[in-house]
Amino acid sequence: MVEELGITAEGDQVINIGPQHPATHGVLNLVVTLNGETIKKVEPHLGFIHRSIEKMCESLSYRQFIYVTSRMDYLSSHINNHACALCVEKGLQIEVPQRGQVIRVLMDELTRIASHLLWWGAQAMDLGAFTPYFYAFRERETITTIMEETCGARLTMNYMVPGGVMVDLHPSFQQKVKEFITLIKSKIDEYDELVTGNIIFQNRMKGVGYLTAADAVSYGCTGPTARGSGVHCDVRKIYPYEVYGKLHFDEVLETEGDSFARYLVRMKEIKQSISIIDQLIDNIPDGDFQAKTKAVLKLPKGEFYQRVETARGELGVYIVSEGGTTPYRIKFRSPGFSNLSALDHMAKGGKLGDLVATMGTLDLVIPDIDR
Amino acid sequence: MMTNEELKNKISEMLPSATYEEGGEWLNIFIAPEELLSFAERLRYTKGLDFDSLFCLTCVDWKTNFTMVYHLTSTIHFHNIVVKVKLDHNNPAIETVCNIWRTAEFLEREVYDLFGVQFLNHPDLRRLLLTDDWVGYPLRKDYDDPINMIKL
Repeated sequence: MVEELGITAEGDQVINIGPQHPATHGVLNLVVTLNGETIKKVEPHLGFIHRSIEKMCESLSYRQFIYVTSRMDYLSSHINNHACALCVEKGLQIEVPQRGQVIRVLMDELTRIASHLLWWGAQAMDLGAFTPYFYAFRERETITTIMEETCGARLTMNYMVPGGVMVDLHPSFQQKVKEFITLIKSKIDEYDELVTGNIIFQNRMKGVGYLTAADAVSYGCTGPTARGSGVHCDVRKIYPYEVYGKLHFDEVLETEGDSFARYLVRMKEIKQSISIIDQLIDNIPDGDFQAKTKAVLKLPKGEFYQRVETARGELGVYIVSEGGTTPYRIKFRSPGFSNLSALDHMAKGGKLGDLVATMGTLDLVIPDIDR
Repeated sequence: MMTNEELKNKISEMLPSATYEEGGEWLNIFIAPEELLSFAERLRYTKGLDFDSLFCLTCVDWKTNFTMVYHLTSTIHFHNIVVKVKLDHNNPAIETVCNIWRTAEFLEREVYDLFGVQFLNHPDLRRLLLTDDWVGYPLRKDYDDPINMIKL
């Protein structure tokens, strides 16, 4: 009987959160050991959506494998494609035309805003506020419509190819992005009023899920998760790619290290992304959007590594090439995987109710973790 | 920040037996499996090197051997190196580094799961992504699954 209830010999209770729990935002299973309401251990069980993308890529050509990567972190699909395209370009030493580079950065930042908006809505919903979710989706819809016009897809865009982008921008792109920027600027303040300043929300977020800077580095955390602990880790700043080196934007750092700090980082990052788009939208250079490449791509023998900053952190693409048309081995260093590994450390000693607030601020996308 | 050349000189002093692979973006260091743990500790704690972040840990099946690949960076100096260790193909085993970089605990479980590399002294070496009763190690080159594998 005792075993059936999941009670261990020490009197601790073991419960399953997920794989079908709304707060895990996907098929993640957390086995949580509880003493009363205090968490003793959080053990993630992964693999519910494991498709072995790395193995699949070994039999796909350098043009084909990029499409599979849209299905990893589906909320940053542009940025996943971007990382792969950059890695292939690094191997082939292709220079992307200025127009292509600017389009890519614009798409990346729009994706980042869309991803952070969705996270913001979901985070508030996890803590019991349902309205922000609709607000977030309302604004995110504008971005997906812009994406749909140019890329032909709303979620898995598959827009970036080695050498540039697949097709040129839709004629109404500039106009619509400008409208969106005007809209979101007014909405951001509304979000802050509605959620950020809300005392109930703050009480749930402040002081839970502490992560020190040293632990964040040791656990390999990147992105807003690490920057909430004050770790300087923005790939766009440290190892600039495309036109990021020429742009003016701040790396958002908070030093508190709790859930609320990570929340603030993401909210401020939306503003930084808006500023990047502001700088670029009127300055899209004319010319080609794609460099001329051969029909069949063959990477020289060697190893290539490229990292980019997705909405969740540092995504690394590691290609080992034997000189053929398909990669010998591909490894995707996924940001969510490393961020999740710190969850046990962050939640230990806290209350079960705070687990949701902590997990939410890691911004987990399960297909990105399982790959 | 140290350049590849400076890193190479510094590491040659620390570990004379290390060999290097040139041509890549970062310095590639080959070391023997039994040297890994002490070498990793020195990379992590030596002043001036401070490789405090293991940002990518993976394995490559070269059919004759398994090569463990450790991508390291320093969040203080922002220099990167790649440490590689060749393992026996029949019985791949190596010391765990999860006491130096905590992230390795999960990453090593993934490599164990998909390549079958044994990590000695790992606190919790179990399959991570696949089910416990899965037969074989999918990312090995000789793995074959006629039903589930997608080939074009």
